[in-house]
Amino acid sequence: MTDTAVKISDAAIRRRMLKEFWFYFSQNRGAVIGLVVFAILVLTAIFAPLLAPHDPTHQYRDALLVPPFWQEGGRAEFLLGTDAVGRDMLSRLIYGAQYSLFIGIVVVSIALVGGIIIGLVAGFFGGWVDTVIMRVMDVVLAFPSLLLALVLVAVLGPGLTNAMIAIAIVYQPHFARLTRAAVMGEKAREYVTAARVAGASNLRLMVKTILPNCLAPLIVQATLSFSSAVLDSAALGFLGMGAQPPASEWGTMLAEAREFILRAWWVVTFPGLAILVSVLAINLMGDGLRDALDPKLKRS
Amino acid sequence: MLRFILKKLLYLVPTMFGITLVAFGFIRLLPGDPVLLMAGERGVSPERYAQIAAQLGYDKPIWQQYLHYIGNLLQGDLGNSLVTKKPVLNEFLALFPATVELALVAIIIATAIGVPVGVIAAIKRGSWFDQLSMTAALVGFSMPIFWWGLLLIILFSGVLGWTPVSGRISLMYFFPPVTGFMLIDSLLSGQKGAFASAVSHLILPSIVLATIPLAVIARQTRSAMLEVMGEDYVRTARAKGLSPRRVIGVHALRNAMIPVVTTIGLQIGVLMAGAILTETIFSWPGIGKWMIDSISRRDYPVVQSGLLLIAAIVMIVNLLVDLTYGLINPRIRHK
Repeated sequence: MTDTAVKISDAAIRRRMLKEFWFYFSQNRGAVIGLVVFAILVLTAIFAPLLAPHDPTHQYRDALLVPPFWQEGGRAEFLLGTDAVGRDMLSRLIYGAQYSLFIGIVVVSIALVGGIIIGLVAGFFGGWVDTVIMRVMDVVLAFPSLLLALVLVAVLGPGLTNAMIAIAIVYQPHFARLTRAAVMGEKAREYVTAARVAGASNLRLMVKTILPNCLAPLIVQATLSFSSAVLDSAALGFLGMGAQPPASEWGTMLAEAREFILRAWWVVTFPGLAILVSVLAINLMGDGLRDALDPKLKRS
Repeated sequence: MLRFILKKLLYLVPTMFGITLVAFGFIRLLPGDPVLLMAGERGVSPERYAQIAAQLGYDKPIWQQYLHYIGNLLQGDLGNSLVTKKPVLNEFLALFPATVELALVAIIIATAIGVPVGVIAAIKRGSWFDQLSMTAALVGFSMPIFWWGLLLIILFSGVLGWTPVSGRISLMYFFPPVTGFMLIDSLLSGQKGAFASAVSHLILPSIVLATIPLAVIARQTRSAMLEVMGEDYVRTARAKGLSPRRVIGVHALRNAMIPVVTTIGLQIGVLMAGAILTETIFSWPGIGKWMIDSISRRDYPVVQSGLLLIAAIVMIVNLLVDLTYGLINPRIRHK
């Protein structure tokens, strides 16, 4: 009887927390707009094969650098025009959403998991373990992130996978530091001592007792890193070190379009706009998440 | 204060050590034989190979190689570029002023616009100015600057024809570098129109490079001001009957600037990363473009030492920011 009562109230608490979270999140108009745009982006990526009017890599030899349909010389079959080798811009942009989301998810997952493990170990054990780990993190942070990612890609070889690994390595210290700080704050609390006295192992203390209470700043950082990952991978693509042609990754598309900037504005404008809108949407969401998850801001 | 400085300096030693390890290890992690990579030669005879390996010290055990590397570093020997055959350090010093000039102008633009915008947005919280400027700041913060640069080139160079597309100054002007800063050198040269040409070359790259720091500074200033304006001492100042201008300009702004100064300082690392993209787009002959070109030309001695030098500079700047922070905020110093 009491058992079920406890279970129900657990679920109820979770529902109430979710409701409270949504209340603060929806207060922020920008965050809701960001969420909607992000949802559209996700749907676009999932349904890209259905939405795209053309094959993104098919080259229409009779339609090189066709302008968007509303401009003179534009054709209705290529709504946003074509690029220098006659590929449909709209289809490439739609497929590009897959790249950006994929990159964001992979980079953030690697950086988050790696950072959490390292941060937990450093914060939980303290002492020389902490000192060594944090000095190593300092070294990674001493390099400008894009430069370090570039050099890592030079070591690993250009390509999308290596670019993602490089960016994840560069981002990971931020998560490690945040986790460590949160763990150090929580470690001395009574509930941790209670769990320890009850005989919980170190691993259980770290993962089940402390970690759930450190998640809020990590979620916010993960959102912000997601948008940075989209930006940085596009930058690497633009510099020729990320996804390789003919991939329809937005940064790579921009790199290919560079020589046509003064002749065909559309091949330059649309991929960049796609990057900007996605990054902006994710950042808006991040702002809303921070407001909703940070109790300090909530009260004011 | 001296103890504070010494403590901070001591703190840098392990990081500096780590940075040299990264630069040292980088060349050995690359796919391919490090001896051939560093020599930039292919298909060499075994005798020549042994000769190069001995010359570079690569035939010794790894820890001796590292000591050798550190020894060379301390003597200012950062190796030679494979492409130009010139010492890397000389190339770096020749190109560095171009990046510094660009970065300085960018940070001045970012601060000169970002701080006032942040202050006004905070004072008029919720007004249309606040909403508009903070939306703009978020857009700026999310901007892929390599695309932003291309757009500005399309508009100002392509459509309007106001600014040149690349370089630091028009080829019409030639004078020996004195300070390395084109703005100053063009003035010193006394050639008519040289300064205007330098400015027109600098304006677009510096705007592009300033975009993200500007957005960050505006947001940070606004939130710092909002926080400070809720403090008791600001209320006291108001209650004393001081003019709003004095309350905001002296009591609030001074305290709000403490975190903002740190933010501005920490943007230096961001600027160095941004310089890679900005310099590539505008063919600006600075450190960022040099690094990109060297990576794509597989000029590994340059990449290795460039990485080291840039990290060292970012670290020193961060140290100076830390010290400034201690200087303007006594609470930190005495902790």
